[in-house]
Amino acid sequence: MRNGAGANVIARLENTALAFGSRIILRNCTLDIVEGAITCIIGLSGAGKSTILRLIDGLLLPSEGHVFVRDQDICHVSEEQRNVIRQKISLSFQFSALLDSLSVGDNVALPLREHTRLTHAEIHRTVMDALDSVGLANAYDALPGELSGGMLKRAGFARAIVTRPELVLYDEPTTGLDPIVTNLITDTILRLRDKLAGTAVVISHDLDSIFAMADYVAMLFEGAIIAYDTAAAIRSSTNPIVQQFLAGAETGPIPI
Amino acid sequence: MRALDRFGRATIDFFEYAGGLALLSAESLGFMLQLRIRIAETISQAALLGVQSLLIVCLTSLFTGMVISLESAQQAVAYGVSNLVGGAVAYASVRELGPMLTGVVVAGRVGAAIAAELGSMVVTEQIEALRSMGVEPPRFLVVPRLLALLLMLPLLTIFADVVSIAGGAWIAQTYAHIPYDSFVSSIRESIDFSDVVKGLVKSVVFAAIIALVGAYQGLSTRGGAAGVGRSTTFAVVLAIILIFASNFLLSFLLFGGR
Repeated sequence: MRNGAGANVIARLENTALAFGSRIILRNCTLDIVEGAITCIIGLSGAGKSTILRLIDGLLLPSEGHVFVRDQDICHVSEEQRNVIRQKISLSFQFSALLDSLSVGDNVALPLREHTRLTHAEIHRTVMDALDSVGLANAYDALPGELSGGMLKRAGFARAIVTRPELVLYDEPTTGLDPIVTNLITDTILRLRDKLAGTAVVISHDLDSIFAMADYVAMLFEGAIIAYDTAAAIRSSTNPIVQQFLAGAETGPIPI
Repeated sequence: MRALDRFGRATIDFFEYAGGLALLSAESLGFMLQLRIRIAETISQAALLGVQSLLIVCLTSLFTGMVISLESAQQAVAYGVSNLVGGAVAYASVRELGPMLTGVVVAGRVGAAIAAELGSMVVTEQIEALRSMGVEPPRFLVVPRLLALLLMLPLLTIFADVVSIAGGAWIAQTYAHIPYDSFVSSIRESIDFSDVVKGLVKSVVFAAIIALVGAYQGLSTRGGAAGVGRSTTFAVVLAIILIFASNFLLSFLLFGGR
């Protein structure tokens, strides 16, 4: 499976390549993000996984190929139009990227203050609802520097979902967290997907977490998508690269 | 061949930098003209960047006025023209040293702060997070700082002019026994209101240089903490050089050699 044939596609990379000078990051990637599903992207560190999220969000533009969001090619629109498209998408950053001069509540309220005409009371209520859904209702006035790693990730989630986007992109949401917080984060992503009835793309190295939440899994290797299928099909894949990666084996076709 | 290659690269870098700075300036000006301004943040930046610079600006201006008065009073007394000291101090302060010294001091304090703050926001992905939320960093971050400095630097320059002249008057009185009324009447004969206004025009240009160079340098930061350090240093150095260069140009244009 290379694309979400028969399913509604919310975002699509089509023959996408990206290079910085002579350094090739992605080559000829085609990937459909199926609406309403959780798609996980796996691969070695530095394989270009986070780059795919930035391409979908329009933060990076491909050297070749196209990136579509809701059938609109975001590579060939103005930055103003891209900003409008971005309001349907949210990116939750690996290190949260909360503005450290603002409280957690103000960080979560920022997209609402920028893009809606809600009253102060409505914004406060919506922010509290978002914080509550990630278990941070008491952290409204805290500064990002006062939170633990797991709380920061969840505050980043709250900011990502507060506008009820159609597509949420999670960049390594469980990296560097203990197993209990990792489970909590995984549950939170599943709950948020159900609550928002939305779509999620998750990048992670945590295989337990991936197979607990993924509907589809894509594997990226040396800048190319070498496997893309349902989570069950990927788990039983006969591709030796996928097998070695899932087994964590030191020997095999993946050079160490 | 290698020298030619280096020259070519330096030329490209120069135009790339100048182009980027010009684009940021145009973009920021565009947001200001559309009145897409964060008022509360602008006021907060005015307090942070302007009010907190008042003490250091007053101190440097005070000692500068005092030293001009000390030097000129010695010469004036020797030549029997002590009634010209007030004019000399005011002339130098209002037309040149007030705006320029204020600009240099604020470039050191505020230009560095802007570059460091925005630079650290780049390396911690906060700028990318803003872009991903559809928020334009120039409007959100640069315009409030630019507007705050455009408002505060002329005010700081007025303080600098007054403090510098007051310091000069005090030294003239205590050191050369020049009475205050003689000092003041010399000021009235030497400068007029247009000199003050032209000095303030200079300070507006310096404010734009400090804010835009600091912001551009911060937003172009690459390479973690070391990159933030490089950006901060370069922002201050470049702003000071541009302040000196534009001061010469503005003096030529505004005062026309008078």
